[in-house]
Amino acid sequence: VNVADVLADKRVCICGGSGGVGKTTTAAAIAMGEAAAGKKVAVVTIDPARRLANSLGLQELGNEPQLIDPELFAAADVDMRGELWAMMLDPKRTFDEVIERLAPDARTREEVLGNRIYQQLSGAVAGSQEYTAMAKLYELDQDGEFDLLVLDTPPSRNALNFLDAPDRLTHFFEGRALQVFLRPTGVAGRVMGRGTGMVFSVLKRVTGVDLLEDLSVFFRSISGLLDGFKERATAVSKLLGDTKTVFLLVTSPEREPVDEAIFFWRRLKAARMPFGGVIVNRVHHDLLGDLDVEDVTVELAPELGADLAARVAENFRDYHVLARRDRANIERLTAKLEQPGVLMIPHLDEDVHDLEGLARMCRFLFASETERRALLDEVVA
Amino acid sequence: MLELLDKRLIFVTGKGGTGKSTVAIALGLLAARRGLRTIVAEVAEQDRVARAFGHADSHFREVELASNLFTISIDPQHAIEEYLSLQVRVKPLADLVSGNRMFQYFAAATPGLSELVTIGKVWELAQLQRRTRGAARYDLVIVDAAATGHGVATLRAPKTFSDIARVGPIARQGRFIHAMITDPSATAVVAVALAEEMPVTETLALGRTLRKQLGLELDRVIVNAVYDERFAPREAGELDRALESAGTPLARAALRAALSEHLRSRAQRAQLSRLRRATGRAPVLLPFLFDAELRQDAYERLAQRLQDAL
Repeated sequence: VNVADVLADKRVCICGGSGGVGKTTTAAAIAMGEAAAGKKVAVVTIDPARRLANSLGLQELGNEPQLIDPELFAAADVDMRGELWAMMLDPKRTFDEVIERLAPDARTREEVLGNRIYQQLSGAVAGSQEYTAMAKLYELDQDGEFDLLVLDTPPSRNALNFLDAPDRLTHFFEGRALQVFLRPTGVAGRVMGRGTGMVFSVLKRVTGVDLLEDLSVFFRSISGLLDGFKERATAVSKLLGDTKTVFLLVTSPEREPVDEAIFFWRRLKAARMPFGGVIVNRVHHDLLGDLDVEDVTVELAPELGADLAARVAENFRDYHVLARRDRANIERLTAKLEQPGVLMIPHLDEDVHDLEGLARMCRFLFASETERRALLDEVVA
Repeated sequence: MLELLDKRLIFVTGKGGTGKSTVAIALGLLAARRGLRTIVAEVAEQDRVARAFGHADSHFREVELASNLFTISIDPQHAIEEYLSLQVRVKPLADLVSGNRMFQYFAAATPGLSELVTIGKVWELAQLQRRTRGAARYDLVIVDAAATGHGVATLRAPKTFSDIARVGPIARQGRFIHAMITDPSATAVVAVALAEEMPVTETLALGRTLRKQLGLELDRVIVNAVYDERFAPREAGELDRALESAGTPLARAALRAALSEHLRSRAQRAQLSRLRRATGRAPVLLPFLFDAELRQDAYERLAQRLQDAL
């Protein structure tokens, strides 16, 4: 797997995976590598990776991509031939912008933005981050300003939600039907099925009248936006399935993230989304092979003393447990995904939180097989 | 720390990938061992807790994992149905409502309703008098909650809904739930972090958000997967020199691994001091486990560590 080949004719790259596997840094490194090769690239992230963002010169959440200062790359010894743009998404503001764009008039806009139920929705409700990420991606794609968009998906534990985001929102606005519900005696009420009148009276009892009325106002005011939303959701779905789009899965070699990667891949396949490959971060490579860890003690004892040599050996034994675990999980991953290979990035000594770190990651992502082996030797052996 | 186990409800939250489930399970084991009838409630529909103990499924069922230790995986769909049946009390009527298409629209379309019913179920588990028929009471409910941002939204849902509804059952229950969540003698919020830049940053942000939005303080920060300091700085120098003269690839690899461990451990210490300075309190540390997979004995070890630390 080589990232440059996978992205050769793509306009959109979506990085998916569970939280804490280095998705944000991987997305940033991919964007940086593609930009270095001459493209105009924007990376869109939600994770507040402050230090990384600050090292790129981004101080604030902004809802428009900002150009990363070329000077920074020169200072980090990166040959930047294209442009790297980055933005940290503010979900609430993006949602507001979507409303502003779709509202037919100022009154509707104010009514929706001021509604308490809308405010709850656009805050941190499940699905809203995913939706806003998609909305932004779509807008940037429509603007056509960039050769490549790299999206770091929201850090939701169930990272799959965002695949449903367009549909979920459409479904959400089926809530327009709720207005029927609020006048259950009309013709439409009868169409909605047996017992609707009774359901309504039960619901009134269960929720309280005020809540139902607030919902009614909310659905009424937002119904003017419904067609725009549906149209957009369909367009986003189309963009996700486009041949110019590719999904990359990012994982660590631990059991749970690998489980999620497999799950994610199944969902991509079921939804017929274009899958590009897997990047496995923080891999412990097997350096022991068939050798005996006791030999470490024997060999190092004369120089380090028996105690320190024994501790080096013990640490190496522990390291080897992780290497074996990683190998087993990666084998499971490749078997399930029917993929011959995954792109492995070794467990580096330091977290990636600056341009040098990104550049180091980039080298692994964009290396040929031979180059990668040499890099690996440099890092681990 | 054991005062932590005197609460009735503990929310375990934190950045994705920090080991929230692991900590929730270890806390659960500790509480159960101390004689508290404990349930670990999961909200992500992954049955992680059940699987850790070799049970396949805890889908909206209270499953006994070990003596005094139970688990349940809460999903919004079941939670809504249960809530309805508790409110309506007449089963055929409740079934009619939850099967009605209008109602399903309502449930799917109302923002925050999933969060509300999920936390409503958590609250129900923590009641001395359970509302679910035939259900026994728990001394302690530990919630393996959603990751930071969504976790806070879930905690806030009862207040939001009671404010919107003003009167009626949802307003009333929202207020009950909110009162319990914000009562420090009943409820604790525990953040799980890693000793790395981003998880520490997110933990500090979580503390600020909780204070601002709910007036809550983080009861504890538990830092997971902390490396031992296996090598002193002086020894690292020796390892460096040995690496230069090492003869075999095996020795080189072992020395590299040792130096890596040293560097990572040092980087972790820096993050731990940052966390300590910002919170004004020492976090609880759990060791990195060099296990291929966490099994019950690993959770027992972590529970022991928690007991010593708390």
